[in-house]
Order: sequence, then structure tokens, then C-alpha cells
Amino acid sequence: MIAGVAEDEEKWLSAGITGLQQNAFYMHRALDSNNLKDALKYSAQMLSELRTSRLSPHKYYELYMRAFDELRKLEMFFKEETNRGCSIVELYELVQHAGNILPRLYLLCTVGSVYIRSKEAPAKDVLKDLIEMCRGIQHPVRGLFLRSYLSQVSRDKLPDIGSEYEGDADTAMDAVEFVLQNFTEMNKLWVRMQHQGPARDKEKREKERSELRDLVGKNLHVLSQIEGVDLDMYRETVLPRVLEQVVNCKDEIAQYYLMDCVIQVFPDEYHLQTLETLLGACPQLQPSVDIKTVLAGLMERLSNYAASSAEVLPTFFQVEAFAKLNIAIGKVIEAQDDMPIYGAVTLYASLLTFTLHVHPDRLDYVDQILGACVKKLSGKGKLDDSKATKQIVALLSAPLEKYKDIDTALKLSNYPHVMEYLDNGTNKEMSNVIIQSIMKNRTCISTAEKVEALFELIKGLIKDIDENLQDELDEEDFKEEQNSVARLIQMLYTDDTEEMMKIIHTVRKHILTGGPKRLPFTVPPFAFSALKLVRRLQSQNENVSGEEVAATPKDIFQILMQTIEALSSVPVPELALRLYLQCAEAANDSDLEPVAYEFFTQAYILYEEEISDSKAQVTSIHLIIGTLQRMHVFGVENKDTLTHKATGYSSKLLKKPDQCRAVYACSHLFWLDEHNDMKDGERVMLCLKRALRIANAAQQMANATRGSSGSVVLFIEILNKYLYFYEKGVSQITIDLIQSLIELVKQEMSGENTTPEPATDAFFASTLRYIQFQKDKGGVVAEKYKPIKV
Amino acid sequence: MDWAGLLGWVSIGLGDLDLIKFLFFQFGAVDFRSDPNSLSPVSVFPIRGLDWIRLCIAMNYIIGAFKPACHISFTFFDGKSRKQVPSKKENGQTLMVPLFQSQENIVGKISIEPVSGKKVEHNGIKVELLGQIEMYFDKGNFYDFTSLVRELDVPGELYERKTYPFEFSTVEMPYETYNGVNVRLRYVLKVTINRGYAGSIVEDQDFVVRNYTPPPSINNSIKMEVGIEDCLHIEFEYNKSKYHLKDVIIGKIYFLLVRIKLKNMDLEIRRRESTGSGANTHVETETLAKFELMDGAPVRGESIPIRLFLSPYELTPTYQNINNKFSVKYYLNLVLVDEEDRRYFKQQEITMFRLAETS
Repeated sequence: MIAGVAEDEEKWLSAGITGLQQNAFYMHRALDSNNLKDALKYSAQMLSELRTSRLSPHKYYELYMRAFDELRKLEMFFKEETNRGCSIVELYELVQHAGNILPRLYLLCTVGSVYIRSKEAPAKDVLKDLIEMCRGIQHPVRGLFLRSYLSQVSRDKLPDIGSEYEGDADTAMDAVEFVLQNFTEMNKLWVRMQHQGPARDKEKREKERSELRDLVGKNLHVLSQIEGVDLDMYRETVLPRVLEQVVNCKDEIAQYYLMDCVIQVFPDEYHLQTLETLLGACPQLQPSVDIKTVLAGLMERLSNYAASSAEVLPTFFQVEAFAKLNIAIGKVIEAQDDMPIYGAVTLYASLLTFTLHVHPDRLDYVDQILGACVKKLSGKGKLDDSKATKQIVALLSAPLEKYKDIDTALKLSNYPHVMEYLDNGTNKEMSNVIIQSIMKNRTCISTAEKVEALFELIKGLIKDIDENLQDELDEEDFKEEQNSVARLIQMLYTDDTEEMMKIIHTVRKHILTGGPKRLPFTVPPFAFSALKLVRRLQSQNENVSGEEVAATPKDIFQILMQTIEALSSVPVPELALRLYLQCAEAANDSDLEPVAYEFFTQAYILYEEEISDSKAQVTSIHLIIGTLQRMHVFGVENKDTLTHKATGYSSKLLKKPDQCRAVYACSHLFWLDEHNDMKDGERVMLCLKRALRIANAAQQMANATRGSSGSVVLFIEILNKYLYFYEKGVSQITIDLIQSLIELVKQEMSGENTTPEPATDAFFASTLRYIQFQKDKGGVVAEKYKPIKV
Repeated sequence: MDWAGLLGWVSIGLGDLDLIKFLFFQFGAVDFRSDPNSLSPVSVFPIRGLDWIRLCIAMNYIIGAFKPACHISFTFFDGKSRKQVPSKKENGQTLMVPLFQSQENIVGKISIEPVSGKKVEHNGIKVELLGQIEMYFDKGNFYDFTSLVRELDVPGELYERKTYPFEFSTVEMPYETYNGVNVRLRYVLKVTINRGYAGSIVEDQDFVVRNYTPPPSINNSIKMEVGIEDCLHIEFEYNKSKYHLKDVIIGKIYFLLVRIKLKNMDLEIRRRESTGSGANTHVETETLAKFELMDGAPVRGESIPIRLFLSPYELTPTYQNINNKFSVKYYLNLVLVDEEDRRYFKQQEITMFRLAETS
């Protein structure tokens, strides 16, 4: 059926074109032979093709354009005719004898154009007559095209200032009046289209109307091109008249399109100066008009205008652009009851962009906008409208981008309120944006208050907002987002220790709310941040001693202790253990023996109670040993206890090689280069011997179970330890011992059941090479090595 | 400018007057109610045929049967300077004939030349100036409302060409030459060579009379509000009630209420010719012009301009009761057509008059 209509239309169009061409042919012949009578007759017949009601605007346009081309030729002919002495006045009358109105008016406009050019009558009068006569066409499509033709032929003949058709004092006004009137009439016709024909064709009609809109809009463009339209005339006449028409036509499509047109065709400066009038029209538009896009367009233009040159900014202040826009938006939102939330938010977002461009210093404006937005959102709960959410994100991101400084955003009291309306996912996204902004700009958040505000802002990341709603977020995303939180914690920093202390308290308070999933990510950066402060306090104390310090390392350690304890709920014992050790080391540096001891205790407890995986145990034990080795704050008793425990743990590891390695590592606990009271060769030796024994046992076990001797790598490692301590001067390590161990290794390696291992071979070879190297170096060391035979 | 010639593309783009008649015949005439403030829907009835054209052809044949014994020609005293206007002969041919107005002197010469040396005996020669009204239902029966006679010669014989001067001074010619549907008014100079039983020789010379009227001192506009209740309400205005033949009708139609879907609106000029009197009165209405004023459907508050140039149409002045034989009246008929092709109209009489041409 639809296809049938289209086919028919195609047929009608081609019939129309044929008719038009035929008459155009006869018209040309008449033109060539200067036969005015025939020219009129055939041109009228040709134009009669435009009387059709069967074509859609699109097809009608095609026909119109052909007629238009022919009329250009006719116009030339009329001009020549007047040059030949035919009176233009007579010609003007003659064409009006045509019986059908549409051809008559096309001809009248064509002759009218020549009439104006002849200057036999003022342009103003001719135009006035033409526009009056055009009222005869009340059919929307035909009327629109006729008036568009009139507009086309009169464009360059308006009695504008500076034009050759300029008239008396009010000449520009006459030009404006003409265009305005044509505009008004065309708009009426255009709007009328909507109400003609059956209701079921509404969609089709709206499509057709949108095809015609540029014909109407063209008038506004012509208006904007009139030289005589200065600011005063624009303010006093043009704008009020245009808006009057726009408002009164009460048509959604027209209002939207024309408002946009007005904003686009006239200069920014005019808009700025007539902002009140322009905005005043907005709340009067139909509720269904997409006003937000219109206003957004306006604000975008003004923003760009403001950005284009600093010189124009004072004007913005002078006309109180912000206040006017703000009021207008409020009114529009009020007037359009059923405007979707996202519409309102879009408006606010545009206003915000505008404000940031024009009044970057007026933070209060920004806050005001956010406040208004909150007001609009309040009572609606979380948004589930994705468009609105997107707009809110844009709204919230804009200040961050502009100020490149989260500080500013934190000053906006309404900022977090707006965020509250985002759904959890978006809220997190937004929080991420905030964090990214901080990271990008390397902003330090330097007061507890701001930190508090910031955490309030990004609480979506800090804790589960809705307990019931289990996040379906995948692990990867979660990790990423928590990593960024971790990075953020590093940015919360001030040089003022006292303030820093407060920040730490604040951060702690917030991260502890994060739940077991988040703690492993947030506690470490927090701990390090706190430890950093400890170290700073330390250096400060050295500088200014005796003064009462509000924040003491002790306090911090207490906090840390509690915080790390929180990790037990997760549980991530290895992480906690590492942190305890870190703290212990820091406490060591602060000479706080009991604290350090306590941390170690905690670490040990964790080791004993929580870390059961043997691999984890190995790692942990090495960590413990390493840390313990660096501790110097402990008294003999404490030290002994801890060392004893550590060695104990070492020998209880599951796998022999692990045992062996842990045990020989323990040997370092008894020999500290920089502490003379910590040089216990006996016990070093004891450890190494034990390690050797374990290595042997491992070897035998391997032999027993697999039938091949195990790796000799342990022996080589122990040999390296021997060499180390030998070099350090542990008297218990003798040449003989070393020598016999080398022999042992060699023997093992050449053994029958040994499977050759390149790595081990290389290791041993390089060990031997080291010995040789030391020998060759000369001096004391060489002396020491001399007896060793390789 | 050749106004009449332009009519071809003016009216309906179809042809001349006959075609308009044809169309009129096709579409039917309209009936209007006596209530002047109501627009009435149409009722259609056919118009009587145009049989007089056929009669003309018959006449032509009869005239052609006579062979004149002598050649008679007229010369007017001011023939060279006098304006000539086209006049349609009975045989359909158009001749240029001199134009007079009432109270003028009609002065000239008549020359009579017998055919190649033949002698013409006669019982006297006279010239008559006749004003005649001919009704087509009574063909060939002329009613002379004016009849003046001048004797040119006493009875005798004519051997050679002889010229007679004649003069009718300040002739009263109150009526204009008119060619209507059912009636014709003509002026003619008729020379009669009276020959008794041999049959008189008669020669006619037509001339046209047009009388000029000064512009009326009172010429009110026509303004009226008409409509169909709750359906259509319009107000129209024509700038005058009396128009001269080359006048322009200016006006506007203002739509006060539109509840019907209009398609277009035309302004027609109609001529109503009534002949006879009493029970024998016959009325013939012709549409001389059909001028489209509006295309499409207006809405309330629209005002549509009217500007209709009368010059392209063949109009005559309004004739009021010409010698108790006929009247010619003009009407402006405003016709609105809706989408179902229903017609709504309002007819207003206008007075036409002939204004002296200033040129």
C-alpha cells in the first residue's frame, strides 16, 4: 500500500514535470520571438503544474525547483521587455489577469522583482503589495513554496541600509517588516499543516513538516543578514516579534526549531544583550518542546563566545547573564512539569559549563547550580534513567576538569548530594573520575576536613552502599577501583604533622568501614602513609626536641596495630604479617622496644595460627628473619626469645630444602656486622651445621624415594654461607670445613646416580670462580683464601 | 493593449467567451435564495441551448442570394479621425465600424454607382438612421426605437455614379449598441433605392454607439457579513458598488469562523440579461469571469485580498430597462468551494458604467 502510494507519487511527479517542460518549451519559443502574450499564457500554464495537491513536500520541491529555473528566464525576459519600452507598471497589472491564483502570484512576484529593480516605485511599496497578495494562498505547502519564492527573489532587493534600494528614514524597518511578515505567515502555514488531514497520518505529516522547516527558518537567516538590524532594532522589533510568533503558534515542532534558529542565526552579542527577552519566551513554550536542547545550544554558544575573547566578559557581568539563565532554567523546569529528569539535569549541566567558562571564579554559582539540581532530584530516589545518569556525570565532571583541583570540588557543599542520586555503579564511576582527576593533577588533599569530604564523595568505593545488593562487579574491575583508592590514600598528605595525624584518623575511620573485601587494598597504603608520618615525626623530634608534640609515634603505632588487626577478619594473614613486620621495623627506628616486640608477637601469632600453607610459611619465615635481623632495639632477652622462635619455626618447615634454607638464613640473626655485641660465631656455626645436616637428610631422602641423589644445590648454598661468614671473620668457620664441603660437593656431583643439572653446575663453578677471584685479588682477603684448594 | 485577446489565457485558460458559456453549461447554473444573508448550496439545472448561432448562418445565406444592381458606399465626414471599433456581424465576422455617442452629428456622403453602365430606375432614394432592438426569439422582427429619414433624391434614373451628402444633427441615441444572448441593439444607416415592383435596393452601414457617464458622485463600498450558522462566517468588502469598465475591484474577505474544509474561493462576474416583460420575461445569466481568489483552507482570522482588473473582460455598462425591452445587470458572485465540492456563494449586484476615455 505504502509502496503503491510512493509509486503513484513518482508517476504524478513525472507527469507534472512533463507538463511543466512542455509549457516551458512553448514559453521559450514565445520568449525568443518576443511574444509577451504567449509568454504569459504559457508561463501561467507551466506554473499551473504547481497547483497539484498530490505530491509530498519532497517531490513538490523537485517540481518547484524546475519552475524556479524557468522563472529566472522569464524574469530576464520581463527585464528586457521593460528595456524595450514596455511599461513595468502595465506588466505588473497584466500578469494579474491570470485567472488562477497560484500562477498569478508566481508571475506577480517575478514581475515584482523586475519592478523593484526598475526603481519606478519604492521597493517598500512593491514588497508590501506582494506580501499582501500572497495571502491568497492558504494551502500550506503551496503557500510555503510561494512565499519562499518571494523571499528568494526579494532577498537582494530589500530596502536595507546601504542597499541600492534604500528608501527613506525608516528604510531598514521596512525591510525588517517585510521579512517578519513573510516569516509570520510562513510559520502559520507551516504550523497549520499539523492540523490538516487525518490523525493517523501524524507521523508522516511531521516528517513532511520537518522537510519544510528550512523554508521557514530561511527568513530568520535573511533577517540576520539585514544590515539595518542593529542591536536596538533587534531588541525592540525583531526579537519580540519573532518570539511572539514562536510562542503564539503553540506548535511543538515549530517552537523547537525556531528557537534553535534564532539562537543560531543571530550574533552572540545580541543574545547577550537580549537574554532576558529570549529566555522569557522559554517557559511559555509548549511543555513538550525539547527546550533543554535549545537552551543548551544557547549556553554553549555563549560559552564559546565568552571563551573567544576576554574583552567580552565584562558584558556578561554587566547583563548578569548567569542570574538570568539560572532564573530562566528554574522557570522552564517549573513550567514543564513532565520534563524528564535528564532534561533538567542537562539544563543544569549546560548552565554549569557556561558558568565555568564565564565565571570561573564564582564557585558559589557552581554550588548554586548543584543545589538547584539536588532540589530537583530530591524525593525521587536513585536515578535509574541512564540518560540522566550520564548527564549527572557530565555535570559533576565539569568542575573537576575546569579547576583541575579537587579542592574546589570539595568546597562545593552540594557536590556529594548530587552524587547521592547516582546509582551505585555510576557513583563508583564518578568516584573513579574524581580519583583520576586527583591523580592526573597530583593534587594533595591536605586537611582532614577535605579528606572527610572527599571520602564522603567517593564513599561508593570505600564501602558497600547497599548491603543487600551484592555487586556483580567482576573481580578485575573491583581490583582496579580499589587500587585507585589505594593510590588516592597516598595523595592525602600534608607537611603539617598535626594535620596529617588528623588525616590519618579520618582515613582510618573510613577504610575500616570498607569490609573484608576492601581492607587488603586499603590498609597497606594507609599503613605506609602512617609510617611515613612516624618517620617524619622522628626526624622532627631530632630537630625540635622538648616541645610538646600532639602526635606521637606511639599513638600512630597504636592506630596501626588496631588497623592491621582488622585484617584478621578478611583474612589475609600474610599481608597482615608483612605489615606487622613493617611496623616493627619502624618502631625499631623509633626506639620503641615494647611496641616493636608487640608487633613481632602479633606477627608470630599470625604465623603460628593463620599461616598454614607451607609455601606461605617459607616466604613468611624469610621475611621474619630478614626483619628480625635488622632489629636493634631489642634487649638480649627479647632478642633471644624472638630469635629462638624464628629458628624454631625454621626447622619445623615441612620440606627439607625449605628447612635447610630457613635454618642457614637464621645464621644471620647471630652475626650483625655493625653490632659488636651481636657476633656469636658459635651459634652461627650451629645453624650452618644444622643446615648441613638437613641437607644431608634431604639427600638421603631423595636417594631413598627416587633412587637418585637429590640436588647438591643446598650444599653449594651452604658453602656460600660458609664463605660469607669466613670472610666476615667468624672463627668457627675453618678452612678445613670449607675444604671438606667443597670436596663433598664435588663428590656428589661426580657420583654415579647424579643427574647432571646445568644450573647447579654453573652455580658451583661460579662459587669456585669466586674463591679463585678472591685468591687472586691479593691483600688480606687473598691471604684468607689462599689455603682453600679448589 | 489587446485586452480582448488576452482573455484567452485570463479566464480559465481555456478559450474565449463561448468557452466560458460552454463551461457554464457543463457545470450548471446556480440557484440562489431570496434571503440575502445566506449562502446556499447548489441546485443545478441545464441552460437553454445557444441556437441563435445557427440562425445567423441561415441569415447569411439569404443575404447572399441577392445580387446588387448598384454599388452603394458610405463615407463619413470625419471618417479618418473618428474612432473605429470592432463590431460583430450577424455572420460572425468582425468589422471595424465608426463609433458615435448620443447627440453627435452624423454627417457624410453616400455614393451610388450602378453596375457597369446599367441604368437604375427608381422611385426615390432615402437614407434612414435606425435604432433597432431585435429579440432572438422573434428573429428578423426589428423594433425601431429611433427612426430618422432624409430624402436623398426624387424619383428618376441613375446612369452613373452619384454622390449624396447627408446629415443627421444632434441625434438622440440614448441606448448603446449591445450584442447579448437573447437580444441585440444596433444602430444602422440604411439607404433605400425604391424601385417598386423590381424590389428596392437596400444597403446598411452599421455603427456603434457608446455613451459615457461621469463618475457617480456617490459610490459606496459593498460590505457584508454572511454565513451559515456555526459553520462558516465571513465578511467581505468590495471597495465600490459602481465600477467603470476598466476599473479594478479591490476588496477583501475576512474569515470570522471556518468550520468547513474549504478548497478554494473564486470571484465571478456574472451578467444577467432579462428580456421581454411580464409573463414572457426571459432571464439569461452568463459567467464572464471566474477569478480565483484563494487556494487552500483558511483559518479563522485570515483576510484574503481581492484585486480584480476588469479590463480583460468584455463588459458593458449596466442597462436598466432599455425601451421596456430588456435589461442587463452585473453581479459579483463570491463562491467558496469545500473539499466535497459543495459550493457556497453570495451574489451582489454592481453597477457598471462607461467612463469617458481620457486618452
